[in-house]
This record gives sequence, structure tokens and C-alpha cells, in this order.
Amino acid sequence: MKAAVIVFPGSNREGDMARALQQATGRKPDMLWHGDHELPAGTDLVVLPGGFSYGDYLRCGAVAGRAAIMDAVRAHAARGGLVLGVCNGFQILCESGLLPGVLMRNANLRFVCKMQHLRVERSDTPFTRHYAAGQTIEVAIAHGEGNYEADDATIERLEGEGLVAFRYCDAQGRVGGAANPNGSRNDIAGIFSDRRNVLGLMPHPENLIDPLAGGIDGRGLFESLAAA
Amino acid sequence: MKARVIVTLKNGVLDPQGKAIEGALSSLGVPGVASVRQGKVFDVELSLADKEAAREALTAACEKLLANTVIENFHIEL
Repeated sequence: MKAAVIVFPGSNREGDMARALQQATGRKPDMLWHGDHELPAGTDLVVLPGGFSYGDYLRCGAVAGRAAIMDAVRAHAARGGLVLGVCNGFQILCESGLLPGVLMRNANLRFVCKMQHLRVERSDTPFTRHYAAGQTIEVAIAHGEGNYEADDATIERLEGEGLVAFRYCDAQGRVGGAANPNGSRNDIAGIFSDRRNVLGLMPHPENLIDPLAGGIDGRGLFESLAAA
Repeated sequence: MKARVIVTLKNGVLDPQGKAIEGALSSLGVPGVASVRQGKVFDVELSLADKEAAREALTAACEKLLANTVIENFHIEL
């Protein structure tokens, strides 16, 4: 598994991401700058880390979504290559057209920073193989604009085609109500692209890979990718 | 040539910021405010002389970057 992490001005989770990837794959990912035009030969996985690319000016992820490197990322995804976007990375994937929908301001207008339970919706993807379908995991969330919105037709398609990757839930795995931290439609925390080779999610699995940090529920995602 | 681009949320898209402002106006006692939607204004200076060319350039700017056409409408004033 050869991974590349794209760093934008304002990214701030690239170090955590690189550490999680190295722990799972045994090799350091390439760190690429947003102004680069090509991915290193043989790249299997491209990761867009969390942070505040370009200060979140205009809209979250809007400017990064049009950065030079994103043409290479789009081509990589079109070839079936794996792409992971976490938090601001998810916003960038939506703004760049790699995933449908948009991340709006949290419905309660508050920045939320806390531990959050998620339900893993399916385990037959390169990102979730090391989890069980329906499993509840606990990871961290930290975002002001994680309220996933899309038009009714898009939501229907995501649900119908099994493209919802993770949903916000409580410790017992129940979705809805107070378990939803930001007002996302259908409690959506993460979605796959049509071919399930692109995953965007608001929570930060890369921060839960070490017991010292409070848990290791994030490891499954990186171990799945390492085996992909 | 000076131009103004106004980007607003489409009808039906939840606008949490507009709702918060609406609530604040109501608590300030401003009468008659039925609802508030928040948008963005871009004042653009163009080096183009032709109005049609300017409109075309600004439309491209909106579709490529200024507006997220999934949730936003744009309006160009020349």
C-alpha cells in the first residue's frame, strides 16, 4: 500500500494521518503539496487530511477543491484508485465533485469537538473490511461545518445503492435524535462514491489509533486500507 | 468595468446562519421580519469592455468557484 497525503495551506491533521498510515502499512506516506501536478508513480491511496484549507475562505474546501493537484486526484479516482478525505478532506471531495452533496454549517451553529459513536454500515469495502457491518465504533469529531446535505434524489440514491459508509449513533448503535451532532441528513457521517473507491467522512479515525489517546477504534479503517 | 455577483442559497436549502440572524433580529425587537436568508456579495473589477464577454466570464467564475450550484444560486449585476 503506497499512500500519498496532500497538504494544503491550512491543513493541520496531516501529521496524525501520516502516523496512522505508517502504523498500519509499515511505510511512510508521500507528503504532496497542493501545487503539485502529479501523484508519485504507483500511488494506491490518496488522502486529503483535515484542517482548514485556505482558511475555509469562500466555502469549506472550495478553493482546495480546485487546486492543481486535484486534477491528478480526480484522474486517480477515475482509474479506480483509492481516495480518502477526512473532515476538511471530505468537504474538499464534495467541492471537487468527487462526492455528491455539501457540508453545511452545523444545525446548532456550534463547533463540535467530542468523542462520537458511529455505526459502520458495511464491511465489504477497501475502507471497512476490518470492521463488521452494523458495528459501533467510537472516534473523535471536531468540526463546525459537518452537516451533510444533498437533494432528495441524491439522498435516495446514496441510500438505495448502499453508499452511506458511517452514521452517527449513540453508544448502543441507535441512530437519530441527540446522537446526531450536526443535523446531517439521515445521520450521515460518511459516504462512498458510486464505485466505493472514494470515501469522505467528517469524524477523525486517525486520532484513535493509540490507546494513549483514548481508544483504537480508528485503526480498523487503516488496517483495511493496508490490506486493500 | 465593475460588476457585482450575488450568491444566495437556493430555496428549500436549510440556512442555519440566516435562521440565527432571524432569531437575533426578533430578540432585538425589530418588527416585521418574517425570515432572513444569508448570502455573499462579490465586487469584481473586470478588464473587459464588452458586456456580453463580462457576463460570460462572471458566469464561468460562478460555476467554477464562486457558487456551489448544488445549494446556491448566483445573480450577476453589470
